[in-house]
Amino acid sequence: MIWTNILGWVQQAVPFAAFLALAALGELLTEKAGSLNLGTPGTMCVGASAGFITVYSYCNAVEEPSVVLILLISLGSSFLAATLLGLLYSFFTVSLRINQNVVGLVLTIFGCGLAEFLSYYFVKSESGNVRCEAAFRVFTAKIPFLSEKLGWFSELFFRYGFMLYVTIAAVILLSLFFYHTRAGLHLRAVGENPGTADAAGISVTKYRYLASSLGAGLVGMAGLFCVMEFKSGAWSTADVYTLEAFGWLAVALVIFALWKPLNLLWGSLIFGFCYWAYVYLPQLLGVTVSTDLMRMLPYVITILVLILVNLRRHKGDQGPAALGLSYFREER
Amino acid sequence: MSEPNCTVIRLQNVTKTFGDVVANHDITMEIRSGEILSLLGENGSGKTTLMNLLAGIYYPDSGDIFVRGERVSIRSPQDAHRLGIGMIHQHFKLVEVFTPVENIVLGLREPYNPAAAEKKIGEICRTYGFSLDLKCRVRDMSVSQKQTLEIVKALYRGAEILILDEPTAVLTPQESDKLFEVLRNMRRDGKAVVIITHKLHEVLSVSDRVAILRKGEYIDTVETAKATEQSLTEMMVGKRVELNIERPPVERREKRLQVAHLSCRGRDGVTALSDVSFEAYGGEILGIAGISGCGQKELLESIAGLQKTEPGSEILYTGPDGKTESLLGKSAKQIRALGVSLSFVPEDRLGMGLVGGMGMTENMLLRHYAEGRSPLTRTRPSRQLAEKVRTDLEVVTPSLRTPVRRLSGGNVQKVLVGREIASEPAVLMTAYAVRGLDINTSYTIYRLLNEQKRKGVAVLYVGEDLDVLLALCDRILVLCGGRVTGVVDAAGTTKEEIGYLMTKQNGTEADAV
Repeated sequence: MIWTNILGWVQQAVPFAAFLALAALGELLTEKAGSLNLGTPGTMCVGASAGFITVYSYCNAVEEPSVVLILLISLGSSFLAATLLGLLYSFFTVSLRINQNVVGLVLTIFGCGLAEFLSYYFVKSESGNVRCEAAFRVFTAKIPFLSEKLGWFSELFFRYGFMLYVTIAAVILLSLFFYHTRAGLHLRAVGENPGTADAAGISVTKYRYLASSLGAGLVGMAGLFCVMEFKSGAWSTADVYTLEAFGWLAVALVIFALWKPLNLLWGSLIFGFCYWAYVYLPQLLGVTVSTDLMRMLPYVITILVLILVNLRRHKGDQGPAALGLSYFREER
Repeated sequence: MSEPNCTVIRLQNVTKTFGDVVANHDITMEIRSGEILSLLGENGSGKTTLMNLLAGIYYPDSGDIFVRGERVSIRSPQDAHRLGIGMIHQHFKLVEVFTPVENIVLGLREPYNPAAAEKKIGEICRTYGFSLDLKCRVRDMSVSQKQTLEIVKALYRGAEILILDEPTAVLTPQESDKLFEVLRNMRRDGKAVVIITHKLHEVLSVSDRVAILRKGEYIDTVETAKATEQSLTEMMVGKRVELNIERPPVERREKRLQVAHLSCRGRDGVTALSDVSFEAYGGEILGIAGISGCGQKELLESIAGLQKTEPGSEILYTGPDGKTESLLGKSAKQIRALGVSLSFVPEDRLGMGLVGGMGMTENMLLRHYAEGRSPLTRTRPSRQLAEKVRTDLEVVTPSLRTPVRRLSGGNVQKVLVGREIASEPAVLMTAYAVRGLDINTSYTIYRLLNEQKRKGVAVLYVGEDLDVLLALCDRILVLCGGRVTGVVDAAGTTKEEIGYLMTKQNGTEADAV
């Protein structure tokens, strides 16, 4: 009984952690270059709706949807749509130098609204809830041998769709990029001290545009990932609000991870366990707790971590020094 | 390497304007290899702007720049690197959380190989006699180490022409000497070195030639050997200036402040002051010397009630009425009402004390906002005060309503110091009152401080320039790492002694171990 409970908890928490980590990774990439994109929730919604709508239309249009095309269409369109939003963000904050917080919040409102509009307009259904079975199967397909033959090991580690492993790889790759490549060094310099980076011949504009756009693209893909995993391939206009909440959670996760990519891996797991605690923890402990109260856990933990980090006053734990600041070269 | 003493850079009729302000007007001058050139001028004379044209920060409106005989167009810092021009700015261009090596290779196009870079850096350090710790983070380095890092960075990029903007502003005399030694090594190596400065004794001791700018105009270049402090000042200011700072004899009156065992922690939780004890008397100027960030700010703020102190600290204040009270536990407002005033000029000048977006009148009002009972403000007294400060201190401003942010640095400082003096304090604390001011304005401020001293005010003067501290103050308290390393009589001490006290902590620590 206990084992089933724990196993269930893990199997729910891990996919949840994965799409959260992917979204947070996108935001982390953006923030490392000094741009605080609070448009992440909106970007997630746009990515999810664009990805779902295109793949849903494709699957309805053909008799035998091909796996490759499902992947290309769904991930490609969510990435593209979100990247466009990231470009818009860069244009406003880098080229026009509008306050990053304002632009980010505007994009969240805009993105959520757009996602709602798109899904209402393109995915007409009586119940308001439509499902794309073919895409769901592709996204949740298990690895053949590893997921069955190794007993509890398989149950714990290989009962998930491929996106989990893609996310882990992306986190590790991005960490290597930040700390072991010249471009990563330049990107961090732009986020820490754009004036210095500029004087050293690094294009602040180029790095911020690229980081914000690609970061937004990752966030968009995380949105689609969430629909396929968390919503089991179903979509309704009301899901926009679920996604928005997860978007804020991703922003919090970046802070929780202290802007270090590898921390995202275990940080997101904690968030995942906390999120699903409302189902499993009371059962395990044999008590009854209000569900709403339990669902606050990830946010409470973020607040606690922020307090702890500040109490420790360790210099290495701070975010990029120029985070949230626009850069003007001529300003003296 | 170029021939020694041949012209490497030639500026021909260079003009640069910012809006209506002409920063450099029709300047023609040259920089030679194998020599140290001082670029001398008052603040706002266009020294830094002129060199920024060479470093690719600004682009000239008209005129030509020739490097090694070829006409060049320097559009960006990279262009400057390619031409072998390296500039060390006053505000270092370093990423604090990076290691020195990461900072040095930042922006280079070569393959990313920290180990190889480290080796090359080691060679540069050996050639010119730098000592640089490559293992720490820049944020843990001292100012002088950061400066060394900046110079090494420029050399790593193959700089043949090195420009240093006020390099000694933040160094102790000993560190300055070390820097000059390195600069002489570079000269021997055939490099061209330009130092921007307004300190005359440095010009005379280190440079071969001096180029003088005044209000954006090029005046002349002279051989240092044929120049004197007086002749250089006249060229720089354009008129004869009395260079002696007056020090009226002390009429030491009653004790105003008694500080005992004062300890406190800074913002990051590190001990900023430990066991500081001293006394300040009316009618004398007590100078406070020390490398920047050694607790000067915390000391003044503790007295002004802006800084939390550790248990055991004691600050007693004796007012003109003879009543002695402890300042600890009083709010900043109460302390100010007792007649203890603080004017702190931070590096960006506007950080403390003035609101950049407000005019002079409103900034004067900031001191009196709590007086009176009406919900409406009464601006007339403040306007009169502002008018008085403006005429007394010759503040140049289009109107009293012009936001002080738009005034030049010197004028901003006059507003700040003027306001504090106008409140007729019994204890006047100023920090860096002449930071970045030109000679004329500096002397105005010294005159004002002396006036206060004659009136019997206890003046606490935190300064950077040791020559000024020695000439102006009666006693000098030296801080090092938050400790008092000595209180000396200004008339009977030397710069070297104070410089030694400023770095004494390391010595005593070494002795203790």
